[in-house]
Amino acid sequence: MLEIRNLSVSVGDTDIINNLNLKITKGKKVAIMGPNGSGKSTLSNIISGKEGYIIKQGEIIFNDQNILELDPEERAANGIYLAFQYPVEIPGIANSSFLRTALNSIRKFNGQEALDTRVFLDECKLVSEKLGLEKSFLSRDLNAGFSGGEKKKNEIFHMLMMKPKLCILDEIDSGLDIDSLKTIAEGVAQYSNTENAMLIITHYQRLLDYIKPDEVHIFKQGTIVKSGDYGLVHTLEKEGYKGFL
Amino acid sequence: MATVETTKLVEQASEYKYGFTTDIEQEFAPKGLNEGTIKFISDKKKEPSWLLEWRLKAFNSWKNRKDGSPTWANLKYKDIDYQDIHYFAAPKSEEDKPKSLEEVDPELLRAYDKLGIPLREQEFLAGISNSHKVAVDAVFDSVSVATTFKNELSKLGIIFCSFSEAVINHPELVKKYLGTVVPTNDNYFSNLNSAVFSDGSFVYIPPNVKCPMELSTYFRINAENTGQFERTLIIADKHSHVSYLEGCTAPMRDENQLHAAVVELVALEGAEIKYSTVQNWYPGDKNGVGGIYNFVTKRGICAGNNSKISWTQVETGSSVTWKYPSVILKGDNSKGEFYSVALSNKCQQADTGTKMMHIGKNTSSTIVSKGISAGKGQQTYRGLVNILPGATNSKNFTQCDSLLIGNDCGAHTVPYINVRNKESDVAHEATTSKISDEQLFYCRQRGISEEDATALIVNGFCREVLKNLPMEFAVEAKKLLELSLEGAVG
Repeated sequence: MLEIRNLSVSVGDTDIINNLNLKITKGKKVAIMGPNGSGKSTLSNIISGKEGYIIKQGEIIFNDQNILELDPEERAANGIYLAFQYPVEIPGIANSSFLRTALNSIRKFNGQEALDTRVFLDECKLVSEKLGLEKSFLSRDLNAGFSGGEKKKNEIFHMLMMKPKLCILDEIDSGLDIDSLKTIAEGVAQYSNTENAMLIITHYQRLLDYIKPDEVHIFKQGTIVKSGDYGLVHTLEKEGYKGFL
Repeated sequence: MATVETTKLVEQASEYKYGFTTDIEQEFAPKGLNEGTIKFISDKKKEPSWLLEWRLKAFNSWKNRKDGSPTWANLKYKDIDYQDIHYFAAPKSEEDKPKSLEEVDPELLRAYDKLGIPLREQEFLAGISNSHKVAVDAVFDSVSVATTFKNELSKLGIIFCSFSEAVINHPELVKKYLGTVVPTNDNYFSNLNSAVFSDGSFVYIPPNVKCPMELSTYFRINAENTGQFERTLIIADKHSHVSYLEGCTAPMRDENQLHAAVVELVALEGAEIKYSTVQNWYPGDKNGVGGIYNFVTKRGICAGNNSKISWTQVETGSSVTWKYPSVILKGDNSKGEFYSVALSNKCQQADTGTKMMHIGKNTSSTIVSKGISAGKGQQTYRGLVNILPGATNSKNFTQCDSLLIGNDCGAHTVPYINVRNKESDVAHEATTSKISDEQLFYCRQRGISEEDATALIVNGFCREVLKNLPMEFAVEAKKLLELSLEGAVG
């Protein structure tokens, strides 16, 4: 589904991603772990198309297309979704109307008709109830005044509604209490199937214990220094990143 | 090459869709301003002598003014040559003014159709429900060309007609209230307007009547080198209620055109007036060439106890806007409101705000101002909250937010607060924010284009104000904001 080939990226004079190679196959859950400042979040920004980075070399192939030339909204329309580490607030726009605008923009891009409002609202209700979100969640302004946990849950709510092909979860577990973490992990597990793929970026073992990734990569100085299966998570938890530096 | 051309065409088309001119025979007053001009206007309108005298008095006072146009506003504009303006332009058929819509020049009807304003009542009646009925007074350059639903309204004793007609048919009301809220010599432009005003709307709602439909006036400047000086007077008698809307557009021209209006509102005991404006005069091109100079004095008086006046404005047009819709809270327990969205894109400048004069006891006022600056636009909020010694237990709440888009625009906030009563409560909140790259990226990651994301964020920013507009206007205002923002990003 996604293949990153020989990717090097810098911001100004600082190299952030160094000759990275990574393949994510359809149906897989792939975790990237690494210390602060290792370039994990930059990677998620680059895949989803944030501006301000210099691509020095390499390519990112998503479903047979090099996406580096595409705008963020085109990548989104192709099925790339990023659950933000710090979701932004937009006062005055209800969460549900934002989501509807997003969904309809993508549908329009793909030549589909706009969603029927009734159908949309029914699905909103169903999905938000599954995540244990209160009714008011839909009518409140997008992320404005949401707690940290609510913001993260909202990212998963959007994901379940938008049904992307590739889900990038950027530290979705940071700042969450145990119960919220569980809800989010269940949401992710529930969505994961043979037709989509997950890229989970995290510091901690806890989330991965719930999600049970198929592959785990240790990230350091903008590249992968060690790859393995779920077992690698436990090695890491015991020995820390030091063992890999 | 083809792409470039297409882009250009699209740009032109989206820039200002009301920029067309209508080709009809018109009659003008000769350029220039002197007593003769004023007599010409008064004569054209077959005005009684008391009004001509009133105009001449205003003209003499204007002529002898030493202050000139206000220099305290944060506005830069070319000096206006008052002798180079036509002070009166009317469709030729004004000579024998149309008695019914059938007699209105079809070209005029087409012009209003193009603006999306149906003047034929049957078009309204064919609509879905009565609640969406809007009575329209259409003012084309200096004259009102049609007023709809007059008969239906008159059954309730409501008077809704052009100002000129009111002068002829209801002189006692005009005489009693004209100039009582905005004195002739209040400021340079109200003084000028009092001398040369052409047409506008007149509304009278009798006691205990709730006006069953929205009343609305559409102002259109069409003629070249012509100023528009409309005069509107709305009187809500005891315990009556009215909601009034105004909209305005003008052709795209390279020269600046002057618009100097005066609007007076009078709310008697227990009455309520809601006045909404969507101002969309031609803003000039992206280099600041052309556009309307909009110098407007709007003021209402809550003359009776328990009365209420509410201003809502969406200001997206004009190259220069100078406008402070105000409320004099004279009656005890009276309420004043000002909700404003002002957008300055390209080279537009707006210096706008409100004045709330608290005179009566237990009076309260609310000010919510949302200023948006984009392109090279400059935006100033200027407001006065004045609580006089007798206004015991008065309250004011002011919220004043500015949103910046891009790096070449400016937002300024100049609040004046004057409290001379110890038992009053005044609160002022202000914020300035910028649409952040993070917000835009977040929206784009969800599939929303940069332009749509900007419009979305701006609409969210303005929601508090837009929700005060009548439904149809809110939709129009939202679209207008989106249109006015085009070219603001990227």
